[in-house]
Amino acid sequence: MTSFIKPRISRKSAPKNKIGLTRQDYDGTMSTLCAGCGHDSVTAALARAFFELSIKPHKVAKISGIGCSSKTTSYLLKEAHGANTVHGRMPSFATGAMAANTSLTYFGVSGDGDSLSIGIGQMIHAMRRNANMLYVLENNGVYGLTKGQFSASADIGSVAKKGTVNDQPPIDPCALGLSVGASFIARSFSGDREQLVKLIRAGLMHKGFALIDVISPCVSFNDHKGSTKSYEHTYKYYSKLVHADYIPPAEEIKAAYDVGESMPIVLHDGGEIILRKLDPSYDPSDRSSAFSKITNNNTKEIATGLIYINKNLSDMAEQNNLQERPLNQIPYKELNPGLDNLKEIQKSFR
Amino acid sequence: MTDNQSIKINDFVIKIGTVNGTGSASANELLMKAIFRMGVPVVGKNIFPSNIQGLPTWYEIRVTGEGHAGRSGDVNIMVSMNPESYERDLDSISIGGILIYDSTWPRPHFMNRADITVIGIPLSSLCNAEFEVARSRILMKNMAYVGAVAAIIGLDMSIIYNLINETFEKKRKLIPANIKAVGLGFNYIEENKLNNKKFLVKSLDRTSNKIMIDGNTAAGLGAVYAGATFGSWYPITPSTSLMDSFSKYCNLYRKHPKTNENLYCIIQAEDELSAAGMAMGAAWNGARAFTPTSGAGISLMSEFIGFAYYAEVGLVYFDIQRVGPSTGMPTRTQQCDINITAYASHGDTKHIVLYPADPGECFTMAAQAFDLAERFQTPVFFLSDLDIGMNDWMVDDLEWNENYEPDRGKIMTSKQLADIEEYSRYLDIDGDYIPYRTLPGTDPKGAYFLRGSGHNKYGKYTEISSEYKEVVDRLLLKWKSAAPFTPQPIISKSLKKTNYAVVAIGSSDGAVREACINLEKQGIYIDYMRIRSFPFADSVEDFIIDHDFVFIIEQNRDAQLMNLLLTETNAPREKLVSIKYYAGQPLDYKFVHDALFKEIMANQKNKKTA
Ligand SMILES: Cc1ncc(C[n+]2csc(CCOP(=O)(O)OP(=O)(O)O)c2C)c(N)n1
Ligand code: SF4
Ligand SMILES: [Mg+2]
Repeated sequence: MTSFIKPRISRKSAPKNKIGLTRQDYDGTMSTLCAGCGHDSVTAALARAFFELSIKPHKVAKISGIGCSSKTTSYLLKEAHGANTVHGRMPSFATGAMAANTSLTYFGVSGDGDSLSIGIGQMIHAMRRNANMLYVLENNGVYGLTKGQFSASADIGSVAKKGTVNDQPPIDPCALGLSVGASFIARSFSGDREQLVKLIRAGLMHKGFALIDVISPCVSFNDHKGSTKSYEHTYKYYSKLVHADYIPPAEEIKAAYDVGESMPIVLHDGGEIILRKLDPSYDPSDRSSAFSKITNNNTKEIATGLIYINKNLSDMAEQNNLQERPLNQIPYKELNPGLDNLKEIQKSFR
Repeated sequence: MTDNQSIKINDFVIKIGTVNGTGSASANELLMKAIFRMGVPVVGKNIFPSNIQGLPTWYEIRVTGEGHAGRSGDVNIMVSMNPESYERDLDSISIGGILIYDSTWPRPHFMNRADITVIGIPLSSLCNAEFEVARSRILMKNMAYVGAVAAIIGLDMSIIYNLINETFEKKRKLIPANIKAVGLGFNYIEENKLNNKKFLVKSLDRTSNKIMIDGNTAAGLGAVYAGATFGSWYPITPSTSLMDSFSKYCNLYRKHPKTNENLYCIIQAEDELSAAGMAMGAAWNGARAFTPTSGAGISLMSEFIGFAYYAEVGLVYFDIQRVGPSTGMPTRTQQCDINITAYASHGDTKHIVLYPADPGECFTMAAQAFDLAERFQTPVFFLSDLDIGMNDWMVDDLEWNENYEPDRGKIMTSKQLADIEEYSRYLDIDGDYIPYRTLPGTDPKGAYFLRGSGHNKYGKYTEISSEYKEVVDRLLLKWKSAAPFTPQPIISKSLKKTNYAVVAIGSSDGAVREACINLEKQGIYIDYMRIRSFPFADSVEDFIIDHDFVFIIEQNRDAQLMNLLLTETNAPREKLVSIKYYAGQPLDYKFVHDALFKEIMANQKNKKTA
């Protein structure tokens, strides 16, 4: 199996974004995932969000682990550098990459196996560091690539394709993120393109770690009756908590949202993340209420949208007192302490 | 034997046994520095437990006017401050030596050894009489034995006072107490005429243009001078002080002059898997990146190391070896990671490994490691050990080439990309097995997808046999081609032509050199080759083939170096004789000497009977 370049059919009339690119310019190689796989919808949503935000593709770094989900990165943004790392280790690789050059936009893609089992330590610590990246967890309740074993996100009572029933409690990445200090936590569904694109936009523009847990059904191994990560089950219990979208600095906010319900959060670039609460009692800046909402066992409801946001946490670059100028662009003469200092240093060694 | 004959000048060993956590380290260092400042070369070895407080610890100072670099294996003056180790300490003293102990609690059984001199000093009662606070009584006891030893070996007291002044420059209040404590020990020896003048230090001029430094400090400093900007790590003895050094000097010299922002980034990771991933991510993104660790960390990093090898990302792994397997003896030294660093990770992987022998080489080889990693776009291991990394060694002043520019290897710029039709990550355009890399964020045309899965020379995913093979075959050639660019072996020929040779790496060097000198005095001539890198230079094989008996000296149980030589060169098995020491202490020359002597004698006897 080799990778196929997506055929480019240029449509003259295709709409262009602010930097003159069409949505197609954000494509990657052709997907080799199963037809109907939720992950492909996430790929499309990501490409759309980058297109809408007019981000130059080559100013993006896309990093992933291993799994069907982690292949996503090659299916979009062919002009961006990508790294398909090792299983469960996308967060550390992304962290180092970010340290080397804070001026790029970083997004990582992972799966529930990649993130919640083998890679759970790395994911937690990336959240703790508030590394400035979008982290998309394509969650299907199974290990797709190794043919359908339960993952750590499988719900109690969920039935595997071969009939076994899961009886261990699931790890909810959003609850996990809340407990370790992630600054942007959202949940969505590959079947809800509109919500997902907006959350991705907001997550990309949020300064700090932005987690989006995307329920993304595996049609080959976990889309049957009895599965709690199937399309059918997700549509049935899907509920929307808070809408979120990013509005660039220049755009008029009122046009899109009713002021009465909206809650703007001004970002460092002057843009805003606009939240629109569908449940008036819910406050996405309150960590403990967010936690009790998503861990409520009395309902099968899948709460989606922006679950939590805190824009006041310092991100990894700030914590490390980094300059705006990327580390990988500092000329050697500024890095070299010089001969005189070497002499000075050695005085203490005599 | 007259008194005069038994005087040893500038050639003896002082060993100090204390309890760890009692603050003796700085007193011992002061003693060693005082000797060093009298122009007399010294070798310092800290033999410490994996513990914070309460276990026996020793510090050994070899006074060596001739400037040997290793241990001698003798103990001539034993300062025994720890009742728990009295028995061991007593046993360790060489014939004719001196035992100094705290006679506040007399130990008559010490007198059982008639072949040594026992000097009891009531250190505790002296200090208790002078100092109020419990903690300072403990600390001042250390300074008091320094004073006693200074009197016995005839140190220049003004140097000691200067050192005390320098040490407490920022806490000047403490100076009088320390000077007083030194005086307590010194005066006790003088007043009671306990100085038998058997071991003396006499000023020389053999330490100018020399410094005392440990290898981790030197390597961390080397990373700063090499222009490394990113380091990730997870604490592990004996590598921790390497990152401490990098951090210290970055803090001093790597701040933006106006904004005080950092021109470097250090991240303490959650484990070594993550440390390896971070360093690799940073390297992929164009930073000079490294991670320091020890064997256990290399085990955890292995998956990432194979990824970096196959995807061709250059970064430096500092492995400061300690005794394995498993947790082993974390504060003892060994050369036990020769195998794992040569081939770390699953699948066919081979790495560049550098073997520094002392802190001076740690400084220069750290920079070389970065240059090699970026030039060959591959993991480079810097294989030091606890002995080099954590002990203070006397080495030549560190020198830095003013015109040094980092070798960043082949990075294709936007301008170069504009001139080509299409960019491919793994094409060997120049025929030197090294492809061009591009940095993320620089040019749309330069984008590529880094992957540890099968890829062809264009960087595209492949499962086609010939495409896969083409890439891994080039990787092997690339690795081999690095040999001439790595530090070459150092060959020391003996005075006469000989069939005997020894081969060693790293911290065995001092002991091996001294053993050879001693054997030469007895008419046994041996050539010596110190290998400094892997892949082995051609001269390694030539040297072995040129001799009939080649002794491979190394500090591990399984003869890892010998086996690596057998695997990677055409050295004939029958020529090689393995000599191994792996009990965890820094190698001493007597061990090497005796082992070589025995083997050579047996060989000569065989020859005669044959
Ligand atoms: C160290 C290691 N162990 C095991 C594997 C095998 N493996 C590949 S993908 C995968 C699970 C992927 O599951 P998930 O992250 O949920 O991705 P999905 O395929 O479901 O999208 C496993 C176990 C591996 N690649 N590396
Ligand atoms: S196996 Fe499942 S997760 Fe993998 S591509 Fe197919 S549908 Fe998607
Ligand atoms: Mg999965």
